Amino acid sequence: MIYWDHAATTPPFDEVVDTMAEVMKMHYANPSALHRSGEAAAKLQKRAREVCAAALDVRPAEIVFTSGATEGNNMAIKGAAMQYSSRGRHIITTGTEHPSVYECCKQLETLGWEVTYLPVDALGIVDLAALKEAVRKDTVLVSIMHVNNETGAIQPLAEVGRIVKERNARTLLHVDGVQGFGKLPVALSEWQADLYSLSAHKFNGPRGMGVLFVKQGVQLFPLISGGSQESGQRAGTENVAGAVAMSKAMRLSREHQPELYDKMTELRELFLSGIRKIPGLVLNSSEASAPHIIHFSYPGLKPEVMVHALEEMGMLVSTKSACSSKLSEPSRVLLEMGKDREVASSGIRISLGKEHQLGDAARLVEVLAKVCGNLRPVIEREG
Amino acid sequence: MTYDMLLLRFGEFTLKGKNRSRFEKSVLSHIRRVLKPFPNAVIIKEYGRMYVELNGESPEALIQVLKKVFGLVSISPVRVCPSELDRIIETAVHMVGQRNLADQVTFKVHARRVWKQFPHSSQEMNHLVGSPLLRTYPQLKVQVKQPDMELRVEIRENGTYVYYEVIPGAGGYPLGTNGKAMLLLSGGIDSPVAGWSAMRRGLEIECVHFYSFPYTSQLAKEKVMELTRLLSGYTGRIKLHLVPFTDVQTSFVSIGQDNLMITFMRRAMLRIASALAEREGALAIVTGDSLGQVASQTLPSMNVIGRATELPLLRPLVMMDKNDIINIAKDIGTYETSILPYEDCCTLFVPKSPTTNPNLKIVEKVEASLTDLPGLIEAAIQNTETVIIRPDSKIGELEAKSEGQVINEDWF
Repeated sequence: MIYWDHAATTPPFDEVVDTMAEVMKMHYANPSALHRSGEAAAKLQKRAREVCAAALDVRPAEIVFTSGATEGNNMAIKGAAMQYSSRGRHIITTGTEHPSVYECCKQLETLGWEVTYLPVDALGIVDLAALKEAVRKDTVLVSIMHVNNETGAIQPLAEVGRIVKERNARTLLHVDGVQGFGKLPVALSEWQADLYSLSAHKFNGPRGMGVLFVKQGVQLFPLISGGSQESGQRAGTENVAGAVAMSKAMRLSREHQPELYDKMTELRELFLSGIRKIPGLVLNSSEASAPHIIHFSYPGLKPEVMVHALEEMGMLVSTKSACSSKLSEPSRVLLEMGKDREVASSGIRISLGKEHQLGDAARLVEVLAKVCGNLRPVIEREG
Repeated sequence: MTYDMLLLRFGEFTLKGKNRSRFEKSVLSHIRRVLKPFPNAVIIKEYGRMYVELNGESPEALIQVLKKVFGLVSISPVRVCPSELDRIIETAVHMVGQRNLADQVTFKVHARRVWKQFPHSSQEMNHLVGSPLLRTYPQLKVQVKQPDMELRVEIRENGTYVYYEVIPGAGGYPLGTNGKAMLLLSGGIDSPVAGWSAMRRGLEIECVHFYSFPYTSQLAKEKVMELTRLLSGYTGRIKLHLVPFTDVQTSFVSIGQDNLMITFMRRAMLRIASALAEREGALAIVTGDSLGQVASQTLPSMNVIGRATELPLLRPLVMMDKNDIINIAKDIGTYETSILPYEDCCTLFVPKSPTTNPNLKIVEKVEASLTDLPGLIEAAIQNTETVIIRPDSKIGELEAKSEGQVINEDWF
């Protein structure tokens, strides 16, 4: 079996698993405790925060540990909305965000907030002219992702930041960075981002850990209240082992990003040219997308059929994003990109990891061609 | 925009007659030290200002370290071009274009012709450079008095300097030009700010911290070391004296005068600090006292406590509001460390209602009755541990060596 679903979750680095186990065994004390063991745990937690901050070129005090990006996105969007509702009740996002952003905005709408969903072009890139027009005096927050989780489309965040801040210097910019970190360079100060969320399990870190960058000076209304952990921004006993293990994964991912980018770009070339040669397949990502996501549709075929057919041949790929793949609706992201229902209902995603080699990719393209050939009669019969 | 030079301006000390060269020497050696990590930067001295040629070094990184040099009032990143009209205009247009221009920006050009052979006078140059800027950037509007942006053009024989940005520096007096003092460093918000203010005024400081193992934790001690490290970013290195205060402190518990506890403690601290000052050749004690902030900082308390030393007590924050102090703490980078929640020895054994108006006679009488006190104070001084802390000191590691490593580097 070869696992091709790294955009859903990644296998943790071996070192990360070892660190997690060692710290869990040795430093089980509560870092808020006053005794010596608590102090030791607090030291580790502090060090983990410094390492995570360094990986993003930000200050340790700007790092909040979370349970992952779903929490980070909720905390950023709803926390900012509740904190700054005196500035206005308007939020801007795109139609192609991850459900953890999209549904937050939907929820705020039911509470009386106005949300502008910016359109995207055929490649999934946000319409900057529409953004410029949408930012108003009462816009509290703009939330735009770095890399789309289905198609790999990369948003032009430097321009987004410039436009948002030029139109309204008080409007906050939140970036869901989940699919970008470790794959592409991250430049929070250039983007002028105020909030940035990550999940550790997307960069070979432990499940159940994440980071929310909260720029100095920005306040969030805490969604989880209780103890004063994380400077009162997020209550709950600290997951010291998780924080340490995540910081390791984060440091390694940042260090390996440039070489990984080159390697994945090479593999992606192979996939794109291979898929273009297979009759019936429609590519939804391109050379301009992030290098680790290759997305295509096989119109007329239920994507589950394709997933299981590839599985038979030892290849694990995915339909849509894992968070919404059990639903049999067409992909909202693809519909937003102007694809028709057929294309939007038959998407398949291949996502790459550090362990993949050229031979693996060539093998998958080969298998894909074969499976498509076998399935074509099915489509023709149903069509 | 790539810059070629930084222009550094100096403050009031340039007015100080005979001492001027001493001040200049001190500031120059401070600048040399902070620029050590940037081998290509070249310092050029001129009357009343200095230039740093970047030669490819990052201007942002240099400005970051230069902002910590006391005596330096402001910094301007400069672009150098040949002293030819076309090139000057081209440089000015390019430079202004790099700035994020808002809807409307008022500006003026201030040209200075140092090289008198240049064919256009300063007045003419203001127009010659200003007009193309107005044509290129419609957002610009000329305003001679208090413009948003003042573009300076200095025409010299070997090149013309163009700049508009003026970045404020730390100001004050060059490092150590006004002698040495001991700083009582508690770990709170105020004392590091007091220390910074003293250093900014040209004082060299040595820090004195009182700790009460086992009642205060290792983390509290490390926090003070970290604060010292942050302050050392302004000076290169700082001596920190760590005074074991437990025995002195607990000796006061038995007196039964709980409301005077803090008064006794503070007086004992001043006595210890004075002895250390004498040993180290310091001529004053700096504290973070701010009038009325807590019981020991009321005027009657300051009076009674202050009499425990004959050295001048310098209180840079005495008339400042807490919010202003907090803002400085944030600016100088000590705030986030200061608010870490560890007990220090002053918050231990705090009585329910400490006096705001101690009686000097009673205090002196009680102290005279404590026959053990002089010995305990002497022992505290003898057992004081002195460490030298530098900006790159690894605080956790200094301590960890003694009690087994907590942080396993392999984990990160």
